[in-house]
Formats: sequence, C-alpha cells, structure tokens
Amino acid sequence: MSTTFESSFIALLGAENVLTAREDIIPYGFDGTAALKRYPRAVVFPRDARQIAAILKLAREQTPPVPVVTRGSGTGLSGGSVPVDNALVVCLAKMNRILELDTANLTLLAEAGAVTQEIYDTADRAGLFYPPDPGSMRVSTIGGNVAENAGGLRGLKYGVTRNYVMGVEVVLADGSVCWLGNKCVKDVAGYNLRDLFIGSEGTLGIITKVLLKLLPKPAARQTLLATYAQMDAAAATVSDIIASKIIPCTLEFLDRKTIRCVEDFAHAGLPLDAEAVLLIESDGHPAAVADEAARIEEIARKHGATRVKRARDSAEAVQLATARRSAFSALARLKPTTILEDATVPRSELAHMVRFVEGVAARHKLEIATFGHFGDGNLHPTILTDERNREEMHRVEAAMQEIFDEALRVGGTITGEHGVGFAKKKFLPGQLGDASYALLKTIKRAIDPDGLLNPGKIFD
Amino acid sequence: MPTPAQNLLKSLDYSVLQQCMHCGMCLPVCPTYSETKEERHGPRGRIALMRAIADGELETTRAFGEEMYYCLGCLACTSACPAGVNYAELFETARAEVERTHVLDSAQRNFWRWSVVRVLFTRPRLLRLAGRGLWLWRVTGLQALTRTLRLTYLLPRRLRELEPQAPRIGAKFSHQLIKPVEQPAQQTPVRRVAVLTGCVQDLAFPEINRATVDVLLANGCEVHTPPVQPCCGSLHAHNGDVESARALARRMLDLINPADYDAIISNAGGCGSHLRHYDHLLHDDPHYAARAVEWSRKLRDVSEYLVEIDFRKPVCSPSPQTVTYHESCHLCHGQKVSAQPRAVLRAIPGVELHECAEAAWCCGSAGIYNITQPATAGRLQNRKMGNLRRTGAGVIATANPGCHLQIQNGLRAENDTITEVEHPVVLLARAYAAEYELLPKKQ
Repeated sequence: MSTTFESSFIALLGAENVLTAREDIIPYGFDGTAALKRYPRAVVFPRDARQIAAILKLAREQTPPVPVVTRGSGTGLSGGSVPVDNALVVCLAKMNRILELDTANLTLLAEAGAVTQEIYDTADRAGLFYPPDPGSMRVSTIGGNVAENAGGLRGLKYGVTRNYVMGVEVVLADGSVCWLGNKCVKDVAGYNLRDLFIGSEGTLGIITKVLLKLLPKPAARQTLLATYAQMDAAAATVSDIIASKIIPCTLEFLDRKTIRCVEDFAHAGLPLDAEAVLLIESDGHPAAVADEAARIEEIARKHGATRVKRARDSAEAVQLATARRSAFSALARLKPTTILEDATVPRSELAHMVRFVEGVAARHKLEIATFGHFGDGNLHPTILTDERNREEMHRVEAAMQEIFDEALRVGGTITGEHGVGFAKKKFLPGQLGDASYALLKTIKRAIDPDGLLNPGKIFD
Repeated sequence: MPTPAQNLLKSLDYSVLQQCMHCGMCLPVCPTYSETKEERHGPRGRIALMRAIADGELETTRAFGEEMYYCLGCLACTSACPAGVNYAELFETARAEVERTHVLDSAQRNFWRWSVVRVLFTRPRLLRLAGRGLWLWRVTGLQALTRTLRLTYLLPRRLRELEPQAPRIGAKFSHQLIKPVEQPAQQTPVRRVAVLTGCVQDLAFPEINRATVDVLLANGCEVHTPPVQPCCGSLHAHNGDVESARALARRMLDLINPADYDAIISNAGGCGSHLRHYDHLLHDDPHYAARAVEWSRKLRDVSEYLVEIDFRKPVCSPSPQTVTYHESCHLCHGQKVSAQPRAVLRAIPGVELHECAEAAWCCGSAGIYNITQPATAGRLQNRKMGNLRRTGAGVIATANPGCHLQIQNGLRAENDTITEVEHPVVLLARAYAAEYELLPKKQ
C-alpha cells in the first residue's frame, strides 16, 4: 500500500486503527467459509458513520479505486467478508456499543459491530426477547447478521433477522449517510429501502447502526429430544407436527455422524446409537407449552421415536441448544475440510431431499453429514473432505451442483440463510432466471455505480 | 523429533493446523482478542499465522514471535473449539520455533531466559536456596528497609515493578513438612499414591502440599513424597524450550516410577496440565515412552482424584464461610477438571459456594505472563478482582500457585487483609482436622 494512502488513513483513524503489516492482515484473509483465502492490502477500524464516509472517499480517490469489503467478526459461511484481492477491509468490530433499549416501544438500537449474544442478553435482562439466533451468535455482529439476513434455530416460529429490523443507518458508496426506517410498527412512506439493505451482503452500503424489534420474553420453554432408528421416521414426525398445526420454536435435526461429533465435543447426553435425533423446543404461555410438548411427544412416539426425553431444566435445554449450534464446527473433527451447504426446500419435500443427499454421497463416494433446521426445510448437508485432494474436490463440486439442482427442481433455494457471497454465486443464475438476475445488477449499478463495495460477491 | 535446523511449524503434522476451520467460536473466550478485537490477537488468527509459516507465505518474524508471547496460553480456546483443534501443541511448537530462530533475542531477554528457565528451574536445590534468600530478605527486615529507604528505585524499572509481586516464601519447604512416606493414621492403606510438590508451590505454598498429603491420608492413601523433586518442565515447554522439558520429564520418571503407584497426584493446575502429557512429550523416546504412557494414565489433579475415589465427606467445619472458586486455566481448559474442585468445596459443611462471573477467564498470571506482559496481565487481574468482589465471598478458592499469587497480589493492591485465598484441599484438610478436635476420639 502506498505510503500516502496509508498515512491518510492513519491521520483519519489513528495508527492503532490501521493495519498493514503482513502479520496483521494475514488473519483477515478468510471468514468462516471453507477453502477461501484472499489477503487484503489493509484493515481499518472506524468508530462511526462519519469516519466510514471519509474512508470510502479515500478509497474512491485512488487510481484505480480500492475495493472496500466490510467485516464484522468474520463468521460468515459464504465468503461475504472474505476480501477481494488487494481490498481495504473495513472492520466494524470496535463499533460495538448498544446505544438504547427502549422498553416503551420494545426496540433496541445498536452499532453494527455489537455482538448478537450481547443484544440477546441485554433484551433478556429487561424481560424482552431478540429471537434470531444464528449458530455463531456468541461472536457474530448484528451488522453482519443484517447484511447476510442470518437465520438460526428459531426461524420456524419467529422468522429470521429481517423480521426484526425496524431501521438501519447505512453509508453509501458515495459517502452519503442514510437512515432507513424508524420505531413505527407501520410505515409505508416511499419504497421500503431498509429491506433492500437486509441481505445485501455488503454490496450496496455499509450498515453502521441497526434498530431492532424486540418481543416479550416467553414465560415458559420446554425442550424435547426425540431419538430415531430411521431417518425417515424423523422426517415423518416433522411433517406431522406441522400438519397438526403446531409451530414449535425450534425443530432441529441431526444425523448419526453429526450426533457423534457433537457429543464428542459437547457431552450433552445425545444418544450415540441413534440414526437421527430431533431437538424440539416449544415456548410461550406455560399451559400452551405443556399442551404443545405433550402433543409433540405423542406424535414423535406415533412415528416410531425410540425415546423422547424432556430437558430437566433450562440449563439442560441451553446445553442441548448449544450442542446443536456447535454441529457445523464439530463435524470438522472428522476430516480436514468441512464444506457446509444450506440448500432449503419446501417442508413437504424434506424427506425426499434428505434421501437425495444420501444418494449423492453414495454416487460420488463422499462423506456427507446432514443436520439442519428441519422445521424450516433448511438442510445443512455438510461435505467432509480435504481441500488438498484435488480429485475429491472435483467430486465435491459435482455433488454440490446435483444437490442445488434438485433443491431448485422441487421449488427450493440454493441458500436458506448463509447468503451467496463467493461460494454460491455461480449457482445463482440458475435459481433467479434472466430477468431477476438482471434486476439485481440494475440495482447494484444504481446504488454503487463504480462497484466499490464488496465487488465480485453475489454476482460478477 | 525434527533437528533444530528445520522450521518446526513446517515439520509439524499439517493436519493439526488444518483442523482449524476458522469458524470463530474461539473468539468470545479469548482474553487477548477481547482486549483488542484484532484477529491477530485471537486463536484462529494466530493459527492462520502459523499456517502461513508452514505454507511458506510468511517467515518466522519478530512480529510473529511477539504475537506468540502475547498469547496467554490459557487454552480457553480449546474448551470452546468444537473442531477439537490441539492449540496447546500448536502454541508450544510455535514458541519453540520462535526460540529456534532467535527472532526475539536481546541481551536482557536472553539473560533472564537463561537464568530462570535454564538454571533456576532445572535445579530444585538451587531454587530452594534462592527461595531461602528471598525469605531472609523479607524476615530480616531488609525488604521493609529497602522499601522505606526507597532503595528499590536503584533496581531496573521492570524489576522494581515486579518486586512487590514476588511470592512470600514460606518459613519451611515441603520436605520439612512432609515425610517421604506417610501412612494413614487409623486404617491400613487401600491405595498408594505419589504427591508432586511443584516449584512455586513448594516455595510459596508448602502448606498446600501438606494439606494435599493430609486429605489423601484421610482417604486411606499411603502417600509418597520424594523430598527433592525436579521441576515438571511445564515452564520450559510453554516457553519454547521443549528439549529441557523432555530432559526434566525423564528425570521425573527416574525419580517416580508410575508402576509403583495407583495414582500420581498434582495439586497445581499449570503443572498438571503439562504432566498429563508426558506420553506425548516422550512418545519417540525408546527408553521412556512406555513409562510415560503409564505416567499419563495415572496422573491426576488432587480434586479429580478425590472425586474419583469418592472421598469421605467431612462432618464438621471450623466455621461457616462463603467461598467462590476461580478456575485455573490449565486445570479447567488444560485438564478439563472443572466440576471436581467445586464438588470438594460443596462437600465441606458450612461452605456456601458463590459462583463467580467469568470464573474460567484468565486472571493474567499465565505462567510468567505477568512478568513478560505486565500491562495486559494487570488489566486481566483487575477484571478478575472485580468479578471475585461481586460474589461477596470471604474465601477465594483456586488450585494453581500462579493464580493464587496473582489474586493475593490483587487483594494486597486493594489493601484487603481480610479475604483469604486458599486451595480447595486446604479447606478440606481443615474440615477433617476440625473433626479430630470436635468429635469424640474413636478408640
């Protein structure tokens, strides 16, 4: 990086907020996505929107302009925050304050770098509830959650991050700062621009503040763990629960391989001899929870659950949920490279899709573990491989293509909650079709005509 | 073992590096990442740097060396890591690589490393002699005099800052308190164990070693405590001197043959964490590998062993007390012993255990970290003291001499002369002793 470029950032942000040494920037070459590594030319830590506007101005003034990649905690799973070569990484991890908890309007205002878990805890202490709970919530930032429209274990009943965003402060590529949204439950003034930035993966603007909607904390929770000797029986249970007009808060599935890896790490008491388990949580009014849990247990047994266990207390429930959240990383115990997908299908196609993935694994002689949010139809087939084995990586690519094709054929999507980023951009045209794909690019050109922000993500 | 000419990170089994899939689950538990929010100061960033060296993308630079010594080596990341990355091995290999390449060399650092790591902590008798010197310094009033006359200002700045933190050396060392072999008083022994007395523990807290022997005797153990024991080598392995660590491990195995005992007992979290891995340390040593495997199989932390043998629960206690438990990093993360010390405390009548927030967060002692990185160590100490204060406990229990000293120094800095710091077995030993005083003697 040229010294003048570097020194202008130091003048703007202070030397402690500008990283350019090799040892400092190598650790920013990746996020949580497997087998993606590209080194930035510098990493900067701004404190507010005004500094970010100045950073963007400086980046734009270079010849050629320096691409800017926004990063939070770098836990994304599609390469959204992996730098493009020679990019400037704008890391918002130090903008992590929770600015306001409004108990009259049930909202919370936070800087983009605030950690999701701290938002949950802040709400919880006030008897309130922030439902979205992505697997990495202990470290992920709210800005990253909004930019990727992160999901989580509670999506079935409570939806995803999008459903809780009431407003965002965003800095556009030209340095202008926009506030989109407010504390009103209803607001139809103009286009819904706020929603345009949710899930935009850092390609349209840099989100600097987020206004979130909170709910009253559910008075009661009950967690159940149902054990199955066959995968199909677990899938049938899920279909029947939904068909019985029960919407549990959480309806998670783990297959045999995943169970073993997770138990090895978490010691949560998962049954090691099971072919599949369902982790189910009901929440709400105590009487409703008791009734719902009883009905779920009955349905599980009807479909051949060999055992249905209820969590003794909230500590055990949290332990089970934490164990489930570790599934993706725990699978890394088996093979050096863990490629996590999130193909999602309509719930009626779930059992078919699980069997299809099993077939793909057998056909391509690959080890694939599957877990996921069964209640949402959101599968996480996880390919266990070694990125240094080129021949096997070719089979991995072929397998991924087949899984995505089949998901699309049955009316699904290539990504339920991880985003497109680098990892899935080549599959996106297949899902969107020509007109929709062109519309994406039209919007990008209108808002970031020079392609300064996160270029090469979602589409080229 | 690779020859010293080879880059140790390049000759490391690559799959150990590859095990990290950089998911970031380690970041929220890493004290140094929490300090700076920079990836380089977190586990996955450090592993990325190690991997860059193994891949030939980065040289072993001074900045890399500084980073490896900015890491506390607390191993909190290993408890948080779902993928099971062996960070302890990566960290020790990286520090050994830093020492091999001499990127951090300076005359001052080399002198301190040589005198402490190579000389003092490889010679137990010399260490005790130095300890005796420190003790005389205090009891003869020389220390007080020096402080009153402000002669400490003649010391180099670093030493002057460290002087008040020096451990208070006991009047007697372990071998003056413990016979080489002791038998339980009221029964024929049902187990035979060896007790390791440690270095700092021996000098600063010999009464903890005495209490360890007492609680084992009270539970039917015949206790062997060799009077002069070598350092376990933990200090050396954690500071990039693997060869000294291996030599010390061999000396320990020469002194104590694990085949003679049901268990080998350590009462210091930091030592135990290293002692448990003699099997790995000596795996390629044809003369010692088998003995080291048996050693590792029998090595136990004292609380862990007490729970394992279903220790006798005391029936009375000297006085009711509120206790909080600070987890030694190398006991809870290094050895995964977390529930057992609490079980020991809960078993003591009159003890009310108040859990402390962030109980498993490093106190900043971290071996010799408070000497090498005083600023960060000080901030961690303040954070720890704040959390301990909020429990309102009158006794802080902890099971590692480094933590013990760090918390004692924290209390001293706050002019607190009331709150006690104790090893859990000391409280248990007191409860057993109270039985002898309060209960009618069995005849």
